[in-house]
Amino acid sequence: MTEQATVTAPADRATPDVGADGVPALWLRDAELAFGSRTLWSHLALTVAPGEFLAVLGSNGSGKSSLLRTILGEVPLTSGEGSISGRPLGRGSTDVGYVPQRIAIDAATMIKAREVVRLGLDGHRWGLPIAFGARRKATRARIDQLLTSVGASEFGDAPVSMLSGGELQRVRVAAALASDPALLLCDEPLAALDLRHQQDIAALIDQQRRSRGTAVLFVTHDINPVLPYVDQVLYLAGGSFRLGPPAEVLTSAGLSELYGAPVDVLTVHGRIIVVSSMESVGHQSHDDHAAQLDGRW
Amino acid sequence: MTDVWDKIFNFDDYGELLALLHNSILAGAILGLVGGLIGVFVMMRDLTFAVHGISELSFAGASFALLIGVNVVVGSVFGSLLAALVIGMLGVKARERSSVIGVLMPFGLGLGVLFLSLYPGRSANKFGLLTGQIVAVDDPQLVWLGAISVFVLLALAVIWRPLMFASVDPDIAASRGVPVRALSPVFMLVLGLTVAMAIQVVGALLVLSLLVTPAAAAMRVTASALWVPVLSVAFAMVATVGGILLALGGSIPISPYITTISFGIWVVCRLLGSARNRRGWSRRGAAPTSPARRPLPTGSLAGQ
Repeated sequence: MTEQATVTAPADRATPDVGADGVPALWLRDAELAFGSRTLWSHLALTVAPGEFLAVLGSNGSGKSSLLRTILGEVPLTSGEGSISGRPLGRGSTDVGYVPQRIAIDAATMIKAREVVRLGLDGHRWGLPIAFGARRKATRARIDQLLTSVGASEFGDAPVSMLSGGELQRVRVAAALASDPALLLCDEPLAALDLRHQQDIAALIDQQRRSRGTAVLFVTHDINPVLPYVDQVLYLAGGSFRLGPPAEVLTSAGLSELYGAPVDVLTVHGRIIVVSSMESVGHQSHDDHAAQLDGRW
Repeated sequence: MTDVWDKIFNFDDYGELLALLHNSILAGAILGLVGGLIGVFVMMRDLTFAVHGISELSFAGASFALLIGVNVVVGSVFGSLLAALVIGMLGVKARERSSVIGVLMPFGLGLGVLFLSLYPGRSANKFGLLTGQIVAVDDPQLVWLGAISVFVLLALAVIWRPLMFASVDPDIAASRGVPVRALSPVFMLVLGLTVAMAIQVVGALLVLSLLVTPAAAAMRVTASALWVPVLSVAFAMVATVGGILLALGGSIPISPYITTISFGIWVVCRLLGSARNRRGWSRRGAAPTSPARRPLPTGSLAGQ
């Protein structure tokens, strides 16, 4: 049950594990991220095959969000290497779809939900958003299809400032999937949603990755809404990590070893709850959640 | 009473005046087109206050040009770009930006007043820069305005889509490879040029009526990516050209006409917009008021 004894390639392997079509959606080898003397994680080896669902857990400051920013190319790895669909990590590309935390789009920004999806489709291209004839029809059909696939066609013509949190997240998922990315990065997309909407969005992401073969990297502080769908869990804590199927990683023994302190993993009514006397473990607590909101809201 | 009315509306010799001022009318139309388009992004990027700040420094530049006897448009372009540069560099975050603008604005206005007091020429020229003027736009000035607007329109045509993406959702745009950070100074440059143009017609104090009000009005009645810019341009053009036509015979500055038309359009759009909000925007019927502002639910406990 060390980190090497899991489903990933060993850290010293030079070539990545192959996915269904030969190239993993996301591949990291011996990756390390440090800010000054503080190492967030090191020797991280990770292979996410197309269509695979990876949940990233850990307390605040464990480097969950930084991992995401590294994959997005905003922060370079301190050492090691990585690739998305065989291409080295770097600044943004259409291989990546990104669903952020539910941040309300400014009410002054008058834009229709379907235009948000359209930005995901071709917003990165230069020029005017004007198309004629067949191309116009094709774009329209594609946007309609994306909106339908996330159950958002009903409010496709509504301004985003009038959508509820759950509706906005549906539109965001559609926009993120618009370019048919190899990898869908989700940064706490369920935060600030109620339980029913959490389940809806989680099921939606699962259904999309199954039908399209999109790999999903899902950063979350609460595993429960996505537990039925998760293939691998990456649990970050105290500069170290554990990686493997949920049943192997989310155990009292495993997490106690990771934190270096007694941690209990309880299953209550089918929900996993991590309990510890240590404050830093409390990734399930709502205070933790609230702390993540500052600066972004 | 009729005296006052004659000052505001006077259509004697209208045809002759119209022939004299066709340059101004053309300038107004160009300005409406550019201002209406820029306004869409000013609203989306929440740069209303920045427009005001840039216009005060542009005013300082223009009055300095007047004092030393060079082309006023060149002076205001110079002032605008300087302001846009400083605001763009020092105020990346909205809060910092506000304080930088708050510091720059009175300084620019003060400089402008100083240069104007030193200027020995006619007083109409002096206050024209602040409150707008209908003094005939001469041919060289019109060439300047035309050249600047062609540049602004071309720049907008190239960056429109990524700029829209970066304005709506900067994080997601960056993840897709949109150069979000580079687009910001590019837009400030284009905005600075537009402000410098607008000052020539409506004056520094009233630039917002062309660069913000029309777009704000358009956004009350539609969220369509096509109709917001189209309506914004239409509103801005009605305000400028209509304002010039009304102001022709009167003896007061042009700006009250433009700002009043602009404001009137906005009021009508607001009323239409709230009627539409009550009726609902889409097939799903009336939307609750501002659902995005609801208090946060208490996480997983809430649903159990």
